Amino acid sequence: MAEAHPVGFQWVMEAKKRGARIIHVDPRFTRTSALADTHVPLRVGTDIAFLGGVINYVLEHGLDFRDYVVAYTNAANIIGEQYVDTDDLDGLFSGFDPETKTYDTSSWQYDSADPAGDGAAHPPRDETLQHPRCVYQILKRHFSRYTPEMVEQTCGVSRDDFLDVCRSVAQSSGRERTTALVYSVGWTQHSVGVQYIRTGAILQLLLGNMGRPGGGIMALRGHASIQGSTDIPTLFNLLPGYLPMPSAQEHPDLEAWIEAVHKPGSKGFWGAADAYAVNLLKAYWGEHATAENDYCFDYLPRINGDHGTYRSVLDMIDGKVKGYFLLGQNPAVGSAHGRAQRLGMANLDWLVVRDLYEIESATFWKNSPEVETGEIVPEECATEVFLMPAASHVEKEGTFTQTSRMLQWREKALDPKGDCRSELWFFYHLGRILRDRLAESTDERDRPLLDLTWDYPLHGKRGDEPSAEAVLMEINGYEVESGRPLSSFTEMRADGSTLGGCWIYTGVYADGVNQAARRTPRDEQSWVAPEWGWAWPANRRILYNRASADRDGRPWSERKAYVWWDEETREWTGHDVPDFQKTKPPSFQPEAGSDGADALSGDDAFIMQGDGKGALFVPQGLIDGPLPTHYEPVESPFRNPVNGQQANPTRKDYVRADNRMNPSPPEPHSDVFPIVFTTSRLTEHHTAGGMSRFQAYLSELQPEMFVEVSPALAAERGLEHMGWCTVVSGRAAIEGRVLITERLRPLRVEDRIVHQIWLPYHWGRSGLVTGDSTNDLLGITLDPNVLIQESKVGTCDILPGRRPTGPALLEFVARYRRRAGIADESAPAKGSQR
Amino acid sequence: MATTWLSWPVIKQITGADKLARGHAARSEWTEELSARTTTADSVAKSVCPYCAVGCGQKVFVKDDEVIQIEGDPDSPVSRGRLCPKGSASKNLVTSPLRQSTVRYRPAYATEWQDLELGTAMEMIADRVLKTRRDTWQDLDDQGRKLRRTMGIASLGGATLDNEENYLIKKLFTAMGAIQIENQARI
Repeated sequence: MAEAHPVGFQWVMEAKKRGARIIHVDPRFTRTSALADTHVPLRVGTDIAFLGGVINYVLEHGLDFRDYVVAYTNAANIIGEQYVDTDDLDGLFSGFDPETKTYDTSSWQYDSADPAGDGAAHPPRDETLQHPRCVYQILKRHFSRYTPEMVEQTCGVSRDDFLDVCRSVAQSSGRERTTALVYSVGWTQHSVGVQYIRTGAILQLLLGNMGRPGGGIMALRGHASIQGSTDIPTLFNLLPGYLPMPSAQEHPDLEAWIEAVHKPGSKGFWGAADAYAVNLLKAYWGEHATAENDYCFDYLPRINGDHGTYRSVLDMIDGKVKGYFLLGQNPAVGSAHGRAQRLGMANLDWLVVRDLYEIESATFWKNSPEVETGEIVPEECATEVFLMPAASHVEKEGTFTQTSRMLQWREKALDPKGDCRSELWFFYHLGRILRDRLAESTDERDRPLLDLTWDYPLHGKRGDEPSAEAVLMEINGYEVESGRPLSSFTEMRADGSTLGGCWIYTGVYADGVNQAARRTPRDEQSWVAPEWGWAWPANRRILYNRASADRDGRPWSERKAYVWWDEETREWTGHDVPDFQKTKPPSFQPEAGSDGADALSGDDAFIMQGDGKGALFVPQGLIDGPLPTHYEPVESPFRNPVNGQQANPTRKDYVRADNRMNPSPPEPHSDVFPIVFTTSRLTEHHTAGGMSRFQAYLSELQPEMFVEVSPALAAERGLEHMGWCTVVSGRAAIEGRVLITERLRPLRVEDRIVHQIWLPYHWGRSGLVTGDSTNDLLGITLDPNVLIQESKVGTCDILPGRRPTGPALLEFVARYRRRAGIADESAPAKGSQR
Repeated sequence: MATTWLSWPVIKQITGADKLARGHAARSEWTEELSARTTTADSVAKSVCPYCAVGCGQKVFVKDDEVIQIEGDPDSPVSRGRLCPKGSASKNLVTSPLRQSTVRYRPAYATEWQDLELGTAMEMIADRVLKTRRDTWQDLDDQGRKLRRTMGIASLGGATLDNEENYLIKKLFTAMGAIQIENQARI
């Protein structure tokens, strides 16, 4: 955090000053470790085993925050008899189909046979937590294998260090205290990434740290508006506000689509899915969207499977994808398997790159590593490339959503120069031209474009810049008839009388005021700072903050008071906007048969969950299991010490000759790549370098690609400090300067020593400072839930000296592949048995 | 200040309160007359750092249609005026001479960039979008279910862009039937 989010880290330092203990768990000793009270190095890719051990410690010693757990989590809910845990199936959960490598999740559901229950929203409960099939007892059994000995064997963390962390976390949680869990999104870059975060969520729920000040799980995201581009997604599977892109199989019509989100009978605010959905369709297609035509639902294209960026790149190599837009992103350096990225681009018909600088993704045809090896020949590469200069953040106005879901409006400082233009300009005018070209079309497929609401007011010096405020107003939503801006998503109607492009952002234009532009100075308002920017939803700064009060609506302690029920005024009040229906008393019990928000009891703090409770156990929504369990990274020198199942059995593989993964036990030859590597950022650079390697000061501060190794590994391999080394995987060999420090420690795992190295991933062939790209080492294997690549852990070999150049480089890597038994150009039909 | 021998540092040191000459006494006249370039700016825009997602407040100072300084905004409850090395270097990001300011075009099989008018580039891109969309259109899947999409066009990027921009990108691509729209959140 000190390295990649330095200014955010000042708050950790403030907490430390007030007595908080800072524990840093990371394979590497970094600037964060230097300022923490304790640094705990662990083997890369073993976080579930580590946190699973902490959970086991909490459960074994009964240290969970019991009143909170009973009131606000699904600990008391009873799971059906068919459920079988990983203990009995050697690392698999019940319902696994080895043919399709998928789970039938029906055995993970709440007990429907028990007459005390009534559907998924009202499961049978045992609030004494004694029922053998209640979630609490299942959890206890499931995590009991993560003993301190197992943690030591798996993670390479000593018992003493581990128990010290356990005690500290447990002691710092409860009525009077909270523990915050902070992760950076490298946590998501694993074949079990979602389950990493789930493990953190289970621990934080058990300790009563969710929805409370000083608690929570803080995801430190790495781009200025990556939160915004998830909320208003440029993602294949989502529409704004986390509505799913309709699927050809599952959503034949508007009703089926809405029901899939609403899940009739469920509790919570997805109950109004019809309003959110219709408002979006009205925002897209305006007067053309009517009740009679299902609000143009059929204008939406359909998905039917994996259309993620890695699938698309492999489809470029295979000639299926012809045209590609890159919008402020540099996959030639920043995405896994750089070679596949560049070979994909070289096989397109056309590529549009919109960026501030001449990044590698715009110049792959003339300076990529594949030009050196002869795999890309400029005179034979047919891809047309348009490099369109972009406007910078000071040359346009609009909102970024930062990592705490807060929108901040940026004023425009000046107009962009030359041909530089905003994306708003580019896409507005591209849409205008497309619509002009098709204006006479009678083809039904062109109706969605022609009927699109695309009439934003233009302004600015050139008079052709679309108004970002007008777009933000559409995102916020308004009454169709009067144009009155909506103040809350609860004002959205499913009858076409209102429209709004992203329901969770409704309120950002409340009262016709751009709330994201608010800038009340920090010392002129409360510590929650509600008048700086605007946080979704409804300007709430802490989600699920109903849980900061007990079941009766009283603060758990004076010290940790945040939101509470005021008996006199009969409403929820406090330091933040209550995340609960304002006048619903804590004692409220819904009428039988009620649905959606009305069905939430006065103590259902987790208002987006179908049963109103924080999910310790997840019956629905996950692909790889209702609970996390330790699987080895896909590339690992070790056999899984916890489960017979080696790696995540449901992971997304792309088994093909150009994407072979390094072997891991029980496969032979894993010793060819005996070293574990991880990748990371430096303070002075930004991801793929497009915003830092072209900057003089930043380039001077971090001029060169390096590989950090321990003195022990350096001695073993003959590496010299500041000399060159070559790192090789089954995909590529790259070189960098050797940095020998004691910040990396070899760990003892399963009674042998494992060496770990780490590499920054910022360099490429362009800019003021150049170097090899770390992401070239990676193959493509994805987490099955979210299709994010495993890029924070892999195996490699390391040698002193520079790598070969030209075609000799290809032969050098091929030799390793042959030794590792992954040289076969005809990849196995069905992946490995792992 | 008048330039007399009274302004010699040693005199100021002896006669003033700064006996160790570590502050005012050691200041030269030249230093006294300096002023921050921010004080003469024509305008100041309230902005936000474009790098990571912490969202530090920035003040962007402009004079004669050029950015002359970018500083942390002390009012911000997020950052309290601080910026990290990247945020501090963001003036360099927006004013660097390396910045691309004209459209560059690389035709098929070319070994060098060519120049292209912005308007021409927009028309050419529109041509290619329409042709690819037409050539790769899918109306139905093999079981007769609606798809109404193109699998020939992909897009990557959005995490560095504004919400309003992401909104228009998704809206336009969805209406044209392009679904392989992705950004850094998948990476």
